[in-house]
Amino acid sequence: MLRFLIGRLFQGMLVLLALYTITFFLAKAMPGEPFTSEKNVSAETKANIRKLYGLDQPLWKQYFVYPKNIITEGSFGISTSKGRPVGDIILQSFPNSLLLGLCSLAFAIGIGVPIGVLSAVRKNSWVDWTCMAIAMIGICVPSFTIGPLLQIYAAAHIPGLKVAGWGNLQDVLLPSFTLGLVSAAYLARLTRGGILEVLSQDFVRTAHAKGVSPTKVILKHTLRGGLLPAVAYLGPAFAALISGSFIVETIFQVPGMGQHFVNAATSRDEFLLLGLSLFFGFLIVVMNLLADLLTGLLDPRVRLTGGTE
Amino acid sequence: MSISSIQEIVGVPRIRKVLGKSLRVFPAVFACLFLWSCEGRSTAEEASMDGILIMGNSGEPKGLDPHIVSGVLESNVIRSLFEGLVEAHPSKDGVALPGVATKWYAVNPKQPDEWVFELRKDAQWSDGKPLTAQDFIFSFRRLLTPALASDYSFMLYYVKDAEFYHKSQRSYLLSRNDANFTKEWWASLKEVDFGPDEQAKEGSFNFIGLDKLNVSQLQRLLKEPDLFKWPDNVSPEIRRDLMMKNLNYEKSNRGKIGKEELKDLWELIDFGASAPDEHTLRVKLNSPIPFLPEITKHYTWYPVPKHAVLKHGKIGDRFTDWTKPDNLVCNGAFILKSWKFNDHIEVTRNPLYWDKENVGINGVRFLPITNLYTEDRMYYDEQMHVTYTIASELIEYSRKNYPEHVRSELYLGTYFIRTNVANKPFTDPRVRLAFSLSLNQKSLIDNVLKGGQKPAAGLVPPFGDYPASDVVTFNPELARKLLAEAGYPGGKGLPDIEFLTTDKESSKMTAEALQAMWKEHLGATIKIKQMEWTSYITAMFDKDYDLAAGGWIGDYMDPLTFLDMWMKDAGNNRTGWHNEEFEKILGEAAQTGDPTERYALLAKAEALFLDERPILPVYWYTRNYLLHPDVKGWNPLLLDNHPYKFLRLEPGSGGKKD
Repeated sequence: MLRFLIGRLFQGMLVLLALYTITFFLAKAMPGEPFTSEKNVSAETKANIRKLYGLDQPLWKQYFVYPKNIITEGSFGISTSKGRPVGDIILQSFPNSLLLGLCSLAFAIGIGVPIGVLSAVRKNSWVDWTCMAIAMIGICVPSFTIGPLLQIYAAAHIPGLKVAGWGNLQDVLLPSFTLGLVSAAYLARLTRGGILEVLSQDFVRTAHAKGVSPTKVILKHTLRGGLLPAVAYLGPAFAALISGSFIVETIFQVPGMGQHFVNAATSRDEFLLLGLSLFFGFLIVVMNLLADLLTGLLDPRVRLTGGTE
Repeated sequence: MSISSIQEIVGVPRIRKVLGKSLRVFPAVFACLFLWSCEGRSTAEEASMDGILIMGNSGEPKGLDPHIVSGVLESNVIRSLFEGLVEAHPSKDGVALPGVATKWYAVNPKQPDEWVFELRKDAQWSDGKPLTAQDFIFSFRRLLTPALASDYSFMLYYVKDAEFYHKSQRSYLLSRNDANFTKEWWASLKEVDFGPDEQAKEGSFNFIGLDKLNVSQLQRLLKEPDLFKWPDNVSPEIRRDLMMKNLNYEKSNRGKIGKEELKDLWELIDFGASAPDEHTLRVKLNSPIPFLPEITKHYTWYPVPKHAVLKHGKIGDRFTDWTKPDNLVCNGAFILKSWKFNDHIEVTRNPLYWDKENVGINGVRFLPITNLYTEDRMYYDEQMHVTYTIASELIEYSRKNYPEHVRSELYLGTYFIRTNVANKPFTDPRVRLAFSLSLNQKSLIDNVLKGGQKPAAGLVPPFGDYPASDVVTFNPELARKLLAEAGYPGGKGLPDIEFLTTDKESSKMTAEALQAMWKEHLGATIKIKQMEWTSYITAMFDKDYDLAAGGWIGDYMDPLTFLDMWMKDAGNNRTGWHNEEFEKILGEAAQTGDPTERYALLAKAEALFLDERPILPVYWYTRNYLLHPDVKGWNPLLLDNHPYKFLRLEPGSGGKKD
């Protein structure tokens, strides 16, 4: 177990290093620079501001300075587009994204897993087809369609719900529902597939033959194995959900983290871009590790040893 | 949620039960939500009753330091917190009301190149400290401090010697103060770029600039003079003299030889702004500016509290905490109440404001809504009083459903198309003119933009007493004739032409409409190239385009803000066009104190510019937005800078349509 953990942590560091390197050079390859603007900025000012951000240094120096500052000062640099430290931006926006992500995860699991189970149990019936059709729609209809539809038809008519904004507890409902819907749809399909696979196995047939009640067969014998694909999906999905979504955040005016990814890229804010990418990468690494640990708990056949099998 | 509880829930036979239960639970949940929410009044209604104006502000401000930021949305917040020498009038453009200054006048009204501002004796900061003329001097110096690297320092270049200091023109300042350095010597240095030369090899001394070299670099240069490339006509004697001057000055840095940092040049300049006493500010300008009070309305001219800024850092420190909510000291009608990143900024009454009795509202809440559609939907849902804009797709819907709320006002801005005069066929003014004359501006506005814009008859939008131009028209016959004269009859023989525009959907629609007009009237085939914003700006900067969509919003109420950008070295020219006559007329205008004469000269310059037509004016902007009827005292203003203190909120003046 310990060897597994250490191995995975080491892998994680490598992943982050690769992520940093790729993001760094991609950011440098973008045309323009953070201070490209319509304003009549003199060469003197540009030179001064580059110096201020350390962008006048040779590329290789910049490449090493950033990680060095993270390790020695815990500083992710100062965002050129927001004028505040990147760490501060992450600290301010991540809690909102986390709340939104957790709620949408609750929606995703609460809707997706029951639908998946129901479909699997009533395989090839109208229940199954309806559920899977809904799931397909959930996957296909983008959140920039569902979000505005909810704003127009739900928020405007249900008292207490606001079109957009972030402040009251109920403000989290619409955005998290919108965000969770796609994951719910995926989860439904994955759960259905997983359960169907387990249902066709010998031990299930044996249980049925022995006269175990259908409820118990599903609950005790099938669900545990049937949820495995869903759990494997949930790790990265969870990381994605809690790190925010540009679309949902801008539609519902949520002060989350997702919008900064897009804005950082369009405004050539490389420090913000690097900070966010590393943070997101870190989340993915941790969540994948947790998903693996959970898989181990659910499935005793998975042995957690070393990094490689 | 733990796995065991999932298993609890998903038991198949229980599903119906759970569903049944949840059906009963949902109404209860909604009832609770309803109780949470409010007493049934909308957010805007409640805010009206509290006297809080809720404003859409299109994005999260980069900061609230008037010297660091450069955007409109930051300006909207800063104008509520700080007050300049004069205050904008709530309904009249170009009229100044007393701000920190009670009285202001040009020393010689015929030649207004020196101004006096008499500050109110009881002026104070929100922490109770007195606000004096020294605060203004400090603010000006801070904005110009090179290390601060402010985007907007050039707004102070009108002030004597401001530019030399901001650009750290060490060689010039040192030589200027040296009686032995003759005018003839200077004449030979015309071609030299002492500042950073971006065209030079990166890292070379020319790239850094002679004025920016530190002691060790200068010492190296003295040993190896070839490290800095001089034009041939500069004699070795002058070269050496300049290098020595620079070195000696840096060396005089009290024995800190070898230190990388450069010495501040403040002591070398004769700065135009001075404070003869605590309540008098004197400003000497480089040339007469009859409209100086208008310029001081801009936030770059606002005072910042010297004591508070220095408490949190040095004068040239860009990232300090003085604008954090707990630290911010200001002098306007409002003070900062709360700032939740990306959620809202709220300002509330400043109890120490000199005119607090006449402030009509209790505060303003700024919402950083980036999504235009969300903003409009929030407005329809009564969540705010003023939107930043209306999405063009929703203008008609708004006009139909909220006729009392839609505002459509002329704005001091022009949409135009830049031509790259170095690229064929736009090297020929006749072709540029033909491309301009074939634009059916009215059709574009009525069928595509639908925002009530005005066809641009010239470059400078009509305002005040300025004689607006009327030469830009739609005349396809003449356009065809001119194109034929230029050697492209019916568009035959035209090279490939690319029209550069941004990646917004609306930009594409505009571009396609223009493309069709050029095809129809000139027979010209144009390719549209859409680029994401920064790439688009970069391409324009690098003159990597044939035609490029563009626009300009005036910084202040004067034609000059639209004209001086077409001078040879102006950063925003980007067309490659320049004209000596044009610059001569602008130079004359700059020396003219009489407003009418000055306007006539500027109009002459504009006419010349339009004859050459390096840009094709298309339309004058309008600003479309939604304004709640509860808001009183909000009048159309060309620069759209509504002074908040004159606003009032009257709840129940009409809200939702139903």
